[in-house]
Amino acid sequence: MSQIINLSRRGFLKAGIAGGGLVLGLYLPRRLAFAATESARQFSLTPLVRIGSDGGVTIIVGQSEMGQGIATSVPMIIADELEADWSKVRFQQAPADPAFGDPERGGTQSTGGSRSIRSMLMYWRRLGAAGREMLITAAAKEWGVPTEECRAEQSVVIHQPSGRKLTYGQLAERAAQLPVPKEPKLKSPDQFRFIGKEVARLDTPDKVSGRALYGIDVKVPKMLVATVQRCPVFGGKVASFDATKGKAVKGVRHVVQISSGVAVVADSYWAAKKGREALTITWDEGANGQQSSAAITQLYAETAKQPGPVARKEADGESALAAAAKKVEAVYEVPFLAHATMEPMNCTAHVRKNDCEIWVGTQNQTATRATGARITGLPLDAVKVNTMMLGGGFGRRGHQDFVADAVETSKAVNAPVKVIWSREDDMQHGFYRPATYNVLRAALDADGTPTAWAHRIVGPSISAERGQKLENGIDPSMVEGAANIPYAIPNLEVQYIYKNVGIPVGVWRSVGASQNAFITESFIDELAAAAGQDPFEFRRGLLTKALRHKGVLELAAEKAGWGTALPPGRFRGIAVAFSYASYAAEVAEISIAKDGKVRVHRVVCAIDCGVHVNPDQVVAQMEGGIVYGLSAALYGAITIDKGRVQQSNFHDYPVLRINEMPVVEVHIVPSKAAAGGIGEPGVPPLAPAVANAVFAATGKRIRKLPIRPEELQGS
Amino acid sequence: MIAIIVNGKRQQVDVSSDTPLLWVLRENLGMTGTKFGCGIAQCGACTVHLDGNPIRSCITPVASVSGKKITTIEGLSADASHPIQKAWIAEDVPQCGYCQSGQIMSASALLGAKPKPSDVDIDAAMAGNICRCGTYQRIRRAIHRAAAMMAQGGAK
Repeated sequence: MSQIINLSRRGFLKAGIAGGGLVLGLYLPRRLAFAATESARQFSLTPLVRIGSDGGVTIIVGQSEMGQGIATSVPMIIADELEADWSKVRFQQAPADPAFGDPERGGTQSTGGSRSIRSMLMYWRRLGAAGREMLITAAAKEWGVPTEECRAEQSVVIHQPSGRKLTYGQLAERAAQLPVPKEPKLKSPDQFRFIGKEVARLDTPDKVSGRALYGIDVKVPKMLVATVQRCPVFGGKVASFDATKGKAVKGVRHVVQISSGVAVVADSYWAAKKGREALTITWDEGANGQQSSAAITQLYAETAKQPGPVARKEADGESALAAAAKKVEAVYEVPFLAHATMEPMNCTAHVRKNDCEIWVGTQNQTATRATGARITGLPLDAVKVNTMMLGGGFGRRGHQDFVADAVETSKAVNAPVKVIWSREDDMQHGFYRPATYNVLRAALDADGTPTAWAHRIVGPSISAERGQKLENGIDPSMVEGAANIPYAIPNLEVQYIYKNVGIPVGVWRSVGASQNAFITESFIDELAAAAGQDPFEFRRGLLTKALRHKGVLELAAEKAGWGTALPPGRFRGIAVAFSYASYAAEVAEISIAKDGKVRVHRVVCAIDCGVHVNPDQVVAQMEGGIVYGLSAALYGAITIDKGRVQQSNFHDYPVLRINEMPVVEVHIVPSKAAAGGIGEPGVPPLAPAVANAVFAATGKRIRKLPIRPEELQGS
Repeated sequence: MIAIIVNGKRQQVDVSSDTPLLWVLRENLGMTGTKFGCGIAQCGACTVHLDGNPIRSCITPVASVSGKKITTIEGLSADASHPIQKAWIAEDVPQCGYCQSGQIMSASALLGAKPKPSDVDIDAAMAGNICRCGTYQRIRRAIHRAAAMMAQGGAK
């Protein structure tokens, strides 16, 4: 990086010259930046775009690619405004760097909340447009013609009257000398060449040839491999340990205590694993040694008898309930769920005297860097984080426990160390989707119109257990999908009561909406049944003010053939949910075998995610969300006994397999609304759509997940 | 020393005889395309071929395959040019991609045995391979596409 030519603060854009090419980056205002690395920032440039003198366009993607397609979407957005030749566009995963922070999220570099494009779309577009204008200006200067006579197309600037051409490769260095436009002119949507079009993912060739490098694939010279024995009870600690037999295993180099347990460090994973199995550890199990799922349910049920903090209140639910012609009451329960990413947690770290380098698939580079700095005592600037491909994230990889394992172990043994978790470690030491207990009551008038809705949620708190203060006792993530139900019901009250039960909880693909959509969309179905009305028409009548909900509901119903005859033994259920600025409705078509096993044959999904970048990846994310939701609805349960997770691997925490895969059809609502998320919104409507189909088939209401075949036998 | 033949190349590895083939491939031979997912043959991420048949390398002691022919994802083609890989690209199958080496190795064994598989054949051959991203519908389409490509003499 030789010099910085200009900086357009207003547009958050800056440009410079590097290696004979043009580089473009984003400038974040100081208040959004993280202090220690920021002193020289204004005068340095971390590129998001590099245009080389060979014409190659490299887009450095700060968001983590975990399957959602962001490593293709960001290049599509930038290349579209830049008018780049797609065949010359490549992507790289960015390291941790404030330059990749999200200005809409306080400068944090993290990937989650279906947020990347929602936050960043306009920044990336401006960046690409600024580059285009600079390249056009460079060409116009070269030719001595007005810029208005030039246009850019496929990485070439063309002087229209004369037909002269200069390539981006030829222009890059000259463009880098120019001022950065303050307000580059954005293309109009009808001029888009990539945005809104189906574009093949850039990461696919490497992912079908074994070349893509995930965290677990990292190899560093002289690297050792470690695995950590953690206390089986949450919150437990090492009381004492005897490493004699572990150290005797061939290949084991060190056995060290770290904050999460005992790390066995060896030449290979297999040696580390055998060494770990040979350890003798005495645990101090702490406060949770007798915790169990039964005790948690009992505590929740007891707690739910008293009122709690109010998340939303409209008019007076209690009076309406007292005066109701008809009352419906129900209790809904959802279990803890593991993320179970295909790639078990892992991290590689090399702590040296003056710096620390980390290689990891992370959803939160900012936190990873801070974790490295905290453990080593080094300044943030001295901690380098290399982002690897993520073998699934779903929220789990925002946590830093596996990073801490690697940094602490490397520091202890003074060598680069890769820590690999076993599948059992992963299943039993996660941050689970919270188990909750829900009491719902509703009133219907004589016509079957709902007049009151009361929902009380009891459960852990993701926010509180991360150390955040709950305002008015409410954790917003625990009431999302419940406090904001879209139905026009005049009297409404939603309460949330926080109970920490000692089980670590975290964000799980679609977070609160994942369980609350099941609960609220099942209960509204109960009201439709109590009113003697069709569940689709009943919802529709109550969505008078929620037009985008209504739109996807109607589209899904239409495409699924709602109301039309089905083959014998087939039944439909429907649900609609809002999450992460998008609206999704799903119709599930099921049958139930004699043994009670539910088979989902078809899912029709309608999604309104506003403006979207890559329609085929919207479809892929809906397909993925539906499978993730279906795994949870049919099988997902983490249960606790003696403070320990009872499940350990895919044999006792089953997930959907190809032989159970329904036909999935996705219909995208054309929209000019602001971009919504796509990573998560496919999940919430799935469980209630399936559960409501079970009701249609059997008359039995599923009020506890997962759906248990033994309860549906012979029905 | 244990001798194994990986992708046509004879390799000598100095490991304890109970070491799973998976870790020999990944750590001793540096071939990281084959993935660790569960360690107990439940997820299929570690699928490789043993004399053309799919096996789970995570539970296969290396000594048990001494002298036998192993094919890994790296051996399918060096440049994603195998018809199955081309079909996977055409359907844009992978999301996170972590399970896909195993999926592709299971699919290639299936197509080796049944050049024109039915959906039932696909279910039977592929049910051992978990994908948490939920790419199953595209995997099914890609297998049918690959079968058609291979029937036309491959897409070289």
